Amino acid sequence: MKPYRYERSEDVSGTISTIAEEPEGAFLAGGTNIVDLMKLGVMSPDMLVDVRRLTPDDVEETEDGGVRIGAAVTNSDLAAERTIRSRYPAISEALLSGASAQLRNMATTGGNLLQRTRCVYFQDTTTPCNKREPGSGCSAIEGHNKNHAILGASEHCVATHPSDMAVAMTALDAFVVTHGPDGERRIPIEELHRLPGSEPERDTILEHGELITAVELPPTAFFSNSKYRKVRERASYAFALVSVAAAMDVEDGVIRDVRIALGGVAHKPWRATKAEEALRGEPVSEANFRAAAEIELEDAEPLSGNAYKIPLARNVIVRTLSDLSEEGR
Amino acid sequence: MDAEITLRVDGEEHRLTVDTRTTILDALRERIGNTSPKKGCDHGQCGACTVLLDGRRVNSCLTFAVAHDGAEVTTSEGLAENGELHPMHRSFIEHDGYQCGYCTPGQIVSAVGMLEEVGNGWPSHATENVSAEGNAGLSDDEIRERMSGNLCRCAAYANIVPAIQYAAEHGEGVERGGNA
Ligand SMILES: Cc1cc2nc3c(=O)[nH]c(=O)nc-3n(C[C@H](O)[C@H](O)[C@H](O)COP(=O)(O)OP(=O)(O)OC[C@H]3O[C@@H](n4cnc5c(N)ncnc54)[C@H](O)[C@@H]3O)c2cc1C
Ligand code: SF4
Ligand code: FES
Ligand code: FES
Repeated sequence: MKPYRYERSEDVSGTISTIAEEPEGAFLAGGTNIVDLMKLGVMSPDMLVDVRRLTPDDVEETEDGGVRIGAAVTNSDLAAERTIRSRYPAISEALLSGASAQLRNMATTGGNLLQRTRCVYFQDTTTPCNKREPGSGCSAIEGHNKNHAILGASEHCVATHPSDMAVAMTALDAFVVTHGPDGERRIPIEELHRLPGSEPERDTILEHGELITAVELPPTAFFSNSKYRKVRERASYAFALVSVAAAMDVEDGVIRDVRIALGGVAHKPWRATKAEEALRGEPVSEANFRAAAEIELEDAEPLSGNAYKIPLARNVIVRTLSDLSEEGR
Repeated sequence: MDAEITLRVDGEEHRLTVDTRTTILDALRERIGNTSPKKGCDHGQCGACTVLLDGRRVNSCLTFAVAHDGAEVTTSEGLAENGELHPMHRSFIEHDGYQCGYCTPGQIVSAVGMLEEVGNGWPSHATENVSAEGNAGLSDDEIRERMSGNLCRCAAYANIVPAIQYAAEHGEGVERGGNA
């Protein structure tokens, strides 16, 4: 591991200007991803700025009746938070399906959003990878790609985003609040993560030194009828092959409103807007759920090893929506 | 680059100068000489290095010591008081909750941290309804899910689950230090 300088500061603007002057500097939160990647030689910052005490570590109500989650709130605290469990259960469920209890006790909301892909080639510095070393090539396209993307990939990178929590937050219309060299901004979470295109080295639209301070959730009432379903290779402690977060507002057997996001299928949490559109105003039925899933997955382009994800995603969408339509009545 | 830090380990204060790259696990094992937490994978995947950090179970291999100046660390060794085993230690012995023992200190610390989480009403992936009020209870499935961050290469799981279940039920009642 490369030697690095450790910095801690109590104020946001000081931190942002410190890191702005250090192109190879990075933020440190729970460390469960960046420490791992530093050990692997995948990331080698020359300075780490500890931001756990710099961003809020509590969950509070916003003026519009929604909820603001501080970036330093740990994954375990957020999953156990009463408001989240009753008003946004998909977020609790997503968090509880991710990593292990020990990791969730350290991992933070900000760090979880910005964790890097689990693509094995990205983590192995002896193999070509455009995300780790732009221009070196993508080993996954012709290699082991059963865990890789079926939607929105490019010829430069087919990696998936690993976070469960981000998928649930994407379904529930979250905003990410950041503080950067150019001041504060409030980003719809759907716009935070990028598709790889020709710049797979950029996971998100954030600028160097832009600090996530909070995530905000809207007061939408029917989000209390939300769910996260994750399919993985073992019962616990594994990343998603495919996951679905959804929320549904059902009245008299008709879908008044719906939100769907997919995990494990793309370089970012995939908001299934086409499926949502197909379902609004339609009666609740498995056939409708299936048709909507198929519309969303029409654009899927499987690689040599991951065609299974298409029927899997379809089935998990149908199952999740069926569960929600029963519970929401 | 060096940094001066203080760690309170199993009730005893240690002032150390550490390289910023030193994890709490390495500080414990290589600097303080507490080899109770084990290095299995060094990447957060096995749980052998589990310690309580300010009361919560974490993987000490993924935490830089410099980021936890002043923290309170409890290892499996520190769970024993005045030379007497903790009820969780005793229950693992009584239930044969290990074979080679390499994962055991991590399992035991993790189990103690886990019972505290259950006591605080935290749900898990095995909990039927996360929105429900009240405590999730401690079925065998809850224990398996909540302990999934601790791998056992000897696969002593069949005895680890009853060991934890017994300690949870009889924790206060298990006499410290006596024979099984
Ligand atoms: C064995 C293992 C299994 C796992 N399984 C899962 C799983 O199933 N599902 C899942 O979702 N996750 C899983 N994870 C990943 C885990 O959830 C993440 O490592 C964790 O959420 C990252 O949070 P952190 O606070 O530790 O981030 P750190 O490691 O501290 O930081 C991660 C990144 O975010 C940046 N960063 C941190 N905070 C901020 C901020 N406030 N503003 C701007 N940038 C910031 C850092 O610079 C770094 O690049 C697993 C991890 C391991 C090791
Ligand atoms: S899929 Fe992306 S992260 Fe994986 S090897 Fe290809 S470029 Fe690298
Ligand atoms: S050594 Fe820390 S989790 Fe394996
Ligand atoms: S007892 Fe040998 S690894 Fe668990």
